[in-house]
Amino acid sequence: MYAVPTSTACPAPGPLPPDKVLQSEVPASEVDAVFMTLFEEHRDRVYSTALRLTGRRHDAEDLVAEAFLRAYRSLSGFDHERLETLQPRAWLTAIVVNQWRNQRRTASRRPATVSSNAFPDADHVDVLPGVEHRVEVHADGDRLAAMLVGLPERQRIAVVLRYIGDLPVGEVAEVMGCPTGTVKSLISRGLARLRPGEPGAGIREATDGGALR
Amino acid sequence: MTATDDRRLISALSVLSVPAPPDLAERIVAHWAYVEGPTVDVYVAFSNAGISSVVPAPSVSGAGEFARAFRHRFGRPLLAADGPPDGVGEALRTGSALDLRFDLSGRTLFEQDVLGTALEIPPGEVRPYSWIAHRINRPRAVRAVGTALGHNPVPVLIPCHRVIRSDGDMGQYGFGRGLKRQLLDGEGVDVDLVLSMVRQGANYVGDDAGRVVCMPTCHRMLSVGGERRRGFRSLAEAKAEGYRPCPSCRPAGR
Repeated sequence: MYAVPTSTACPAPGPLPPDKVLQSEVPASEVDAVFMTLFEEHRDRVYSTALRLTGRRHDAEDLVAEAFLRAYRSLSGFDHERLETLQPRAWLTAIVVNQWRNQRRTASRRPATVSSNAFPDADHVDVLPGVEHRVEVHADGDRLAAMLVGLPERQRIAVVLRYIGDLPVGEVAEVMGCPTGTVKSLISRGLARLRPGEPGAGIREATDGGALR
Repeated sequence: MTATDDRRLISALSVLSVPAPPDLAERIVAHWAYVEGPTVDVYVAFSNAGISSVVPAPSVSGAGEFARAFRHRFGRPLLAADGPPDGVGEALRTGSALDLRFDLSGRTLFEQDVLGTALEIPPGEVRPYSWIAHRINRPRAVRAVGTALGHNPVPVLIPCHRVIRSDGDMGQYGFGRGLKRQLLDGEGVDVDLVLSMVRQGANYVGDDAGRVVCMPTCHRMLSVGGERRRGFRSLAEAKAEGYRPCPSCRPAGR
């Protein structure tokens, strides 16, 4: 399974296993064909998910490229049965989310001067007013996109996976490794912060995203 | 808050889905092509980032083995291309790949320096390992230079076959000494002559009239008659006699 062990709280996923290109019974050309189908079918969804998690195009492109390469390396080690039973949508999303969280943890361990400049992520600025203006937002200059990036991490993941990634709540729960009830609650708290006119919506939070910090 | 508010919000969120950038695939997938060369045909793998892998055709059983090795080494999918990147065929014909773009991203900085320096060796010429070591300001790293060249992911195009030992031996080649010899012969290098010169202690050759000292295979020497040539064991020896280093072959070493 790609989901991390479940408990009532959403645990932080453990580090991913190191990349391995295993010798598989499935011919490489077949793996390539499976991968390309998967890529064509899911790239927009996966990219949108990454873009709305990171809030920056450049970071999203790096994240997605790295995630698809990881996916390819995993696929190369799968046998036929594993390939046939694969649920690609949730599987790919889980790779992106885990990769993103790993990167954030790495970034947060760097000296503050480096991380606040090189990673102007909402976590470093979201106690300040006007976070919307600090985040590079996609063409339509969307305030909503900026507010998404200002959400606490778990709320952000839940809302992005559900409404940008278009995953059913059950799959969001699998990816996040927590019960559907927890996901629903994260989504409803996330949406509440995003509502127009909500005082301090999206920029105030520093309290309940703390699982990783 | 009302359900209508949420519906409006959710539909606003769904608008934040956007298409992936068109060049995303190029960052993930590599392509391969078969290219004919004057001495040896090669398989070439490449992406937008440049050429990442070259394998002489005779050293694999076919495209399948080349692709398997590539996927294993680079961990990315490899699809057949319509043709090679621009300039590869010409580079094989002329022996100069200076205008090609290489993707050496998996290599260390040291390896990239070594390979970049090897790329500058013109066709028809050879250099000892120690020349590269001196050129990259790591004069004692001769053995490491050999190792880096041994791991050259883009042989033939980056001409590691033009690098030989300083003791009169041709040196190893990842795809066999036979192919190294063939490639050098194909470029017009008189391998036996060069090796015998080195064995006799002529690591450098001076043009007595022009007072210029060169590497033995420098093109400049083609127009210099035998009576005007003078062998030197070391560069210091030549400099002491008033010879200046050739700006073309840039002799470097002891």
